Amino acid sequence: MQHGKYRFIVGFLAVPLALYALFVIWPFIQSIYYSLTDWTGLSPEFGFVGLDNYTRLFQDEIFWKSLQHSLTFAVVLPLVTVGFALFLAFMLNVGGRRRKGAAVTGVRGSSFYKIVYFFPQVLSIVIVALLFQFAYNPNSGAINSFLKAVGLGAIQPDWLGDPDLALICVMVVLVWSTVGFFVVLFSAGMASIPRDFYEAALLDGASRFTTFFRITLPLLWDTVQSGWIYMGILALGAESFAVVQIMTVGPNGGGPDYSTIVMPLYVYQKAFRDGQAAYATTIGVALLLVTLAFAAVVMKLGRRERLEF
Amino acid sequence: MKTTDTPPTGDAQIPAPRAGQGPEVRKVAAPAGEKREGAVLNVFSHGVLIIWAIMVVLPLLWAVMTSFKADRAIFTSPWSLPDTLHFENWSRAWTQAHMSDYFLNTILVVGGSLAGTLLFGSMAAYVLARFEFPGNRFLYFLFIGGMSFPIILALVPLFYVMQNMALLNTVHGLILVYIAYSLPFTVFFLTAFFRTLPTSVAEAAFIDGASHTRTFFQVMLPMAKPGLISVGIFNFLGQWNQYLLPTVLNTDPENKVLSQGLVQLAVSQGYKGDWSGLFAGLVMAMLPVLAAYIVFQRQVVAGLTAGAVK
Repeated sequence: MQHGKYRFIVGFLAVPLALYALFVIWPFIQSIYYSLTDWTGLSPEFGFVGLDNYTRLFQDEIFWKSLQHSLTFAVVLPLVTVGFALFLAFMLNVGGRRRKGAAVTGVRGSSFYKIVYFFPQVLSIVIVALLFQFAYNPNSGAINSFLKAVGLGAIQPDWLGDPDLALICVMVVLVWSTVGFFVVLFSAGMASIPRDFYEAALLDGASRFTTFFRITLPLLWDTVQSGWIYMGILALGAESFAVVQIMTVGPNGGGPDYSTIVMPLYVYQKAFRDGQAAYATTIGVALLLVTLAFAAVVMKLGRRERLEF
Repeated sequence: MKTTDTPPTGDAQIPAPRAGQGPEVRKVAAPAGEKREGAVLNVFSHGVLIIWAIMVVLPLLWAVMTSFKADRAIFTSPWSLPDTLHFENWSRAWTQAHMSDYFLNTILVVGGSLAGTLLFGSMAAYVLARFEFPGNRFLYFLFIGGMSFPIILALVPLFYVMQNMALLNTVHGLILVYIAYSLPFTVFFLTAFFRTLPTSVAEAAFIDGASHTRTFFQVMLPMAKPGLISVGIFNFLGQWNQYLLPTVLNTDPENKVLSQGLVQLAVSQGYKGDWSGLFAGLVMAMLPVLAAYIVFQRQVVAGLTAGAVK
């Protein structure tokens, strides 16, 4: 296999590598450099200002708000989504009535549930965000109309317009759109757990609660951990940007009084609305650090001995 | 009657259940004594499952229903059925609100980038998986490193890279960027996949006088078809639903893709008060992917869940 090997390797790698280097690697390297300048993005001239942008970051109240919201996303969203998905997946795969011949079974129609739960995952996050923006509409939206219809007309929250509620409303939408994916992912993992483990546990008289925490969860741990990281990166990145930008327009963007601003949206606003490209990349660097720190913490906390079966 | 209830197959990351353990056997009649056991729990678990199913489906059905309503009815009675089916909402959205253009642009962009992603991704992955050369490991980690970085950080400089190359607001520029940002996962996935394929077939072809290039295109690519389908579905949905990249790099109204078009529609219909048109547009964008998902359900699930286990 040696003949013409290097010419072939170079030929095959040239285009993909060039595209990747030009559009991904090079901008990433540039962004770290730009964060040390006073570049506006509007004109080609800029000067080197050292760490000025970073000192400014520490005094920027809106940055702290966006950091706080992004961190809330990164902690709460994986917790709620992964937790709820584990619960649903366990119900679907192990929660069925015990029948002769099978120690554990899924509930009736579990494949139907899996198909339905997955719906939001294939939809564009834009469609989801627009749909819920309309549902949250305080005057004529589906949710408040529903409350009125069931006799709770007195409760008519201004969902996305209320600074205390807006962030929660946005998080609910992200949970709604991602839970189904994890249900399917965990179901696939649960199906690969040998049935005899469950049979042995049931013979010993273990309840379903014990079965879940002693058998299912430990054997599923690797999948749960990667799901956790995946959800966190999603909550810190593009998905949260789309949901917040579309749903909470507000006068400044990012909700009333920046109550829903998240880091990726703040980067976008600084770069493309305010003409502060250098400062925007500084916030971007902070976002990168938060993302890497998040992944590192989850890996560290999640480290366990790998179980073989 | 369907008697098995197997999980989606084809997922390379999760070991297949051992024979005799996977498929759950459904007994039609359960002995009466066992029925009572855990009945409360069963009612509870079924209740939760049904409620969540309703919560997933209801907003979608509501959108479909609303798209057939007259504007006034949307506000006065959001939960009632439409009096008559207002099909004109759909035609208005399709032509006047430019949904047809957005669809066309999206098909162009996604078609081009999907083909490019699969071609270049599999080329790079094949070389990285099958050939020893200095820098192999480094290039591999360089590629997959892109999975964990937030795109938004690169976006500001990328905007100016595109501007300098006169690629801003062009369809081909957007295609190239989509390909570049799809490569990390595609290379990661396909490298693992090519490593699992037997080497003997490729060696036989090579000994028979086929060049490396020919071996790749005529022997290895056909063998890699299952992997290409999985990663293709993953990329298709990602690129079809992409919002961040086109929002920043493609602001020309002529070239807007579906996700941008919908946001644009929401803003402008909001001023015009044409909410029914907006809903028609939303449902229009929703139905093709949902229909495709229902038809190719197993492949979609396998493709996407394989994508999560990074």
